Amino acid sequence: MTLKFPIYMDNHATTPLDQRVLAAMLPYFTQDFGNAASRTHAYGWQAEAAVEDARETIADYIGAESGKEIVFTSGATESDNLAIKGVAEYYKGKGNHIITTTIEHKAVLDSCKRLEKEGYSVTYVNAGPDGLISPADIEKAITDKTILVSVMLANNEVGTIQPIAEIGAITRARGVLLHCDAVQGFGKTPFDVRAMNVDLASLTAHKVYGPKGVGALYVRRSKPRVRLVAQMDGGGHERGNRSGTLNVPGIVGFAKAVQIFKQEGVAEADRIRGLRDRLHGKISKELDAVFLNGHPEKRLPGNLNLSFSFVEGEGLMMAIKDVAVSSGSACTSASLEPSYVLRSMGLDEELAHSSIRFGLGRFNTEEEIDYVAELVIAKVKRLRELSPLYEMHQQGIDIKSIQWAAH
Amino acid sequence: MAYSEKLLDHYENPRNVGSLDKDDPSVGTGLVGAPACGDVMRLQIRVSPEGVIEDARFKTFGCGSAIASSSLATEWIKGKNIDEAATIKNSQIAEELSLPPVKIHCSVLAEDAIKSAIEDYKAKRAARAALNAELPLSSADEAALPASL
Repeated sequence: MTLKFPIYMDNHATTPLDQRVLAAMLPYFTQDFGNAASRTHAYGWQAEAAVEDARETIADYIGAESGKEIVFTSGATESDNLAIKGVAEYYKGKGNHIITTTIEHKAVLDSCKRLEKEGYSVTYVNAGPDGLISPADIEKAITDKTILVSVMLANNEVGTIQPIAEIGAITRARGVLLHCDAVQGFGKTPFDVRAMNVDLASLTAHKVYGPKGVGALYVRRSKPRVRLVAQMDGGGHERGNRSGTLNVPGIVGFAKAVQIFKQEGVAEADRIRGLRDRLHGKISKELDAVFLNGHPEKRLPGNLNLSFSFVEGEGLMMAIKDVAVSSGSACTSASLEPSYVLRSMGLDEELAHSSIRFGLGRFNTEEEIDYVAELVIAKVKRLRELSPLYEMHQQGIDIKSIQWAAH
Repeated sequence: MAYSEKLLDHYENPRNVGSLDKDDPSVGTGLVGAPACGDVMRLQIRVSPEGVIEDARFKTFGCGSAIASSSLATEWIKGKNIDEAATIKNSQIAEELSLPPVKIHCSVLAEDAIKSAIEDYKAKRAARAALNAELPLSSADEAALPASL
């Protein structure tokens, strides 16, 4: 088999649509195009039936009690906004305090920032050096004003899987709602809203080989019944939680993607973990001063986040342009700040600038892994020959002992 | 981000990579930037007694634009008088490489590296001149001075 370039290893950003998902979606664009809210004819009924089926499939996969607990949205950003702002608004009589973490996705962090401007107070819990959130830190932050805790299932940069069940036990005991942004972990690590005492969960289709533009918010309906204030006004779709005509083909595709995970997810995770470990093994064998960011075991099977000391991340990405990856380097962001996730884990700024995230997925092959490993090794070696820091390191000069002028 | 062909050429085939002996009195070294900021440039020049830059070398930790900016800087200053080299502006480097706005700081760093190397050379020369003034030496003695001075 010949390799197809660039090799896609950025599956945390998005995933290609699985052909089986596409096949399931296609009829809903042209033949079965009805509006799921149309109650007066077969087109509408058919669309509604497809949506209800999808609800049950997704609900069942995350351990929800019923499909009624699934609110379809346009994606995870909307789900996060709806969960956080919707809960905050509904429960403001009860309290005004929210707890989240410094390593959440911007959709969570910026929703919280918005609420702070509106008078809510938010505690941002820091991750440990391995990217883990300590349940004890969450518990310590809970006050009698706390209404919601929001913690992600797995981090999008370093892949660390959070102890959601332990956090859920705490929030349940303290009578606080738990929202989990499950976007990255869903399908790749066990997730069960009932077993973990999760009250709200954000999901999206395009991270699990489904289409872009469709997501869901799980909203618990019993013990406790979670209430939201809708953030989108209109026809009162989704039990009044989210107005807007349903994206029927997208929803059908989402459910098909979930069904594939239900059948193949466990075996797939094992295979991808094997590829990830192969890539890591080859790189570590040939290069010194390479550091793994995130927890060594409690991490997503497809995630390999490495810092190549003395080499800048974007410079390296340019050298390996045959591979689609991402970096925590400042140079890849408009802000010129390195990744806030890596910094909040306490990583040295130099190492944050030197990080590359490999995100492996369903369609990566062993051949690709071997090609990428060789390429990365050769290019890191070349860039280190260009690096004054590597020369200092070889001469035994401690880079931290130098007075650098910040610029 | 789409980079210019010139930039990619300098990045893929960087000119004048390497080191000069920083203890050599005819060598000036500029080390600018900071690892925490994601770019560090070291630019070195060897200057003739007439003040002409005979050789230039660099090593850079940074993104592609930073590597290309320093490579171009060494190419431009070689053969120039130090006073002439000191007039190179970051805007000229940015223009030559068509740096996108977010990468302008890379060219600023390259300009700083040139200036810093020239200043280092001048400081060495001044220190040496001061030493010579204190201990008047014949030109033959001066030629015999150890390189470490």
